[in-house]
Amino acid sequence: MGRYILGRLVSAVPVLFGITVIVFLIMALIPGDPATAILGAYATPENVAKINRDLGLDAPLVLRYFNWLGNMLTGDFGTSFSLNRPVLDEVLERFGATLILAGSAFVLCAVFGIAAGVVSAANQYGAADKAITFAVLLGISIPSFFLGMMMILGFAVTLRWFPVSGMWPIYGDRDLWALLDHLAMPAVALAVVATGVVARLSRSAMLEVLRQDFIRTARAKGVHERGVIWRHALRAAMVSIIPVLGIQAGFVLSGAVYIEIVFQWPGIGRMLVNAILTRDILLVQGGVVFVAACYVLFNIAVDVAQSLLDPRIRT
Amino acid sequence: MSKTNPPMRRGWGRGAALAGALAALTWALPATAPAQTPPGVLVVGQIAEPKALDPAAVTAVNDFRILMNVYDGLVRYADGTLEVEPALATDWEISEDGTEYTFSLREGVSFHDGSPFDAEAVVFNFERMLNEDHPFHDTGPFPLAFFFSAVETVEAVDDMTVRFTLSEPYAPFLSNLAYPTGLIVSPAAVEEHGADFARNPSGTGPFRFVEWRSNEAVVVEANAGYWDGAPALQAVVFRPITDANTRTAEMLAGGIDLMVEVPPVALSEFEGDSYTVHEQAGPHLWFLILNTKEGPFAEKAVRQAANYAIDKTALVEDVLEGTAEVAAGPTPPAFAWAHNEALEPYPHDPERARALLAEAGLENPEVTFFVTEGGSGMLDPVAMGTAIQADLEAVGFDVAIETYEWNTFLGEVNPGLEGKADMAEMAWMTNDPDTLPYLALRTEAMPDQGGFNSGYYSNAEVDTLLEEARRATDQDTRAELYKRMQEIVHEDAPWVFVANWKQNAVTNDRVEGFTLQPSFFLLLDDVAKN
Repeated sequence: MGRYILGRLVSAVPVLFGITVIVFLIMALIPGDPATAILGAYATPENVAKINRDLGLDAPLVLRYFNWLGNMLTGDFGTSFSLNRPVLDEVLERFGATLILAGSAFVLCAVFGIAAGVVSAANQYGAADKAITFAVLLGISIPSFFLGMMMILGFAVTLRWFPVSGMWPIYGDRDLWALLDHLAMPAVALAVVATGVVARLSRSAMLEVLRQDFIRTARAKGVHERGVIWRHALRAAMVSIIPVLGIQAGFVLSGAVYIEIVFQWPGIGRMLVNAILTRDILLVQGGVVFVAACYVLFNIAVDVAQSLLDPRIRT
Repeated sequence: MSKTNPPMRRGWGRGAALAGALAALTWALPATAPAQTPPGVLVVGQIAEPKALDPAAVTAVNDFRILMNVYDGLVRYADGTLEVEPALATDWEISEDGTEYTFSLREGVSFHDGSPFDAEAVVFNFERMLNEDHPFHDTGPFPLAFFFSAVETVEAVDDMTVRFTLSEPYAPFLSNLAYPTGLIVSPAAVEEHGADFARNPSGTGPFRFVEWRSNEAVVVEANAGYWDGAPALQAVVFRPITDANTRTAEMLAGGIDLMVEVPPVALSEFEGDSYTVHEQAGPHLWFLILNTKEGPFAEKAVRQAANYAIDKTALVEDVLEGTAEVAAGPTPPAFAWAHNEALEPYPHDPERARALLAEAGLENPEVTFFVTEGGSGMLDPVAMGTAIQADLEAVGFDVAIETYEWNTFLGEVNPGLEGKADMAEMAWMTNDPDTLPYLALRTEAMPDQGGFNSGYYSNAEVDTLLEEARRATDQDTRAELYKRMQEIVHEDAPWVFVANWKQNAVTNDRVEGFTLQPSFFLLLDDVAKN
């Protein structure tokens, strides 16, 4: 098992290296530059040259790449020029906020998605199945940013149950209640589509398992139907549900960008969008590399979890 | 809600802290009461996170909105105008030849950190920005330092007198001092914090900095000892809310008291007694650059035809929902003293446009039109571009639109339109009537010479007028020169003059005494809230 994990980790190194090259080249090659973004109407060639000199952007491309890579390996991601603070501070703070949002949405989509799928499968073609299938179709079809805006209109502007935006209250305590109050709407808006996908696939995975011999055997032995479904069948179905959860985790993480913008959640997606628009090169590069590294590690974790459930995968 | 010691913010006062706790309670018990901001504390919905709170280091109006309340300059724009009046300087003298400016400074003013304001502090500020050998020059970069590139030396004549010597006469100098780049920071605070000064600002303004929570809020509180009278508010909270729809929702839900840059389509939400919509035309011009070097717009008649063909009234009323006024020429009316009142906008006259095209022998000229997706001061550029295309095609032009993201767009337009396009959208917001024409209409301001004359307009008389206006220190003389320049440019039509943006803001019914300024700065020292 240790060797399997180690092997997967080593194979991630070239992937991450490739990502640094790609994100560096993209930022170097897209039209527009930070100096023009800073100076706007005053971007005369003379002023642009001065800003580039100040930002260290006048060095040759290859040199800039290796400087950046070398500094990053020592933990120095540079300083964001648009925010005027260290890239790593900003990325960590923002990534924490995104993890809270995406993590909550992920838990919601896993719990409710699997539960809905199991109930659906256990009552195939019954009323519950039909109701759930309909709700799932509806959930999958609504774009999350639109749902978010409608939720703001309904629950924040009209009913005033929840704050419109942000992560913390502007005055008052920063306690768990305040956080949950701000988290509720964005987490639900982000979870809806993923919940639908998980529910659908859980349903078909469960139906597949429920047709198998060991289920009939369990029933014949007199195991209570609830035990058959939730203990025996679900455990077997999890082998095909977990990879779906892994994919949904990535989906939730990238979908967080829209939700972060609608709800002004101070997460890394919103940070990257702003950084790209202001051509904040180091912030974009640092943010992308950090997110990519987390994504790669998460996928390794999913593979490992799956191999624990199904030893055949470990080869 | 379990309570440990509530984290009180420094010096907000007990009333505010109590109100804060109450506000927290209303959130914890949803549906009992709407989110209310405390009295005396104004919450402003900003369009973005500020970059820095160092006035010498920033370029964005969004940052200026905070800075103008924390710092003062030697001079400032008088309320409701773009004319300069005393601030930290009580008066000044300009030498005969226009190269020496001597300022008498206000006595008894201190920075928020307690250090005194004097001539040495002024010298420190300009040396830090302009002198690469200054020990604190590395607290930059200072992107707008060129506003003061004419300054050769700054010296303290005595404790309370400071003299600037310019390399040549430069009339916009005073209005550049009133711009945020000229705001005076505390030398003691720069010495203490170094590059971190941008997050620990200290000035002499009506509000002192309290804290900056990244991506959440910048908090400032009243400076009770302000030389121009203590502000009525206890504190101001600036919240960055980048999405315009979310900003509107926050305003409707009571999460903010003042919202800037209301999207035109959202203005109808704020009709009625609970809100006040404020509007103020500013020194802004939205125009189309025409390529006068090649293609159909090399002909003056065709350029004028474009000006007649475009229905500017429909653009500002329908596309911009009344958030702009029709522009007559290159100088916005907000520069009241320099604007030529006699100029009328080109009327919408498709017949005249067709006749001019026929006269030029070009009934169906093909035109490539660069449009941007959005950008500073560009209003609603895609919808504007489409409407303009339709107006031009109605008189016979054949218009092909190419759309670019803002920074890409600038990268295409700033180096000049030759070989790429016949026409491009553009907008400028400036602080002096000199800036835009000097940088974008002179023969010596062609892109290959470092200027922004991307349409290659050239008229020797305009060049002379602009050079003379820059050297004249008498405002009336300058005004005459600018007015003559506007007449010529209006007739030559190197641009299509489209609109002057009216900045807008909404306040709720608890806010009193707020007005927008033509400078587009947000001044809060006379605002009250109950």
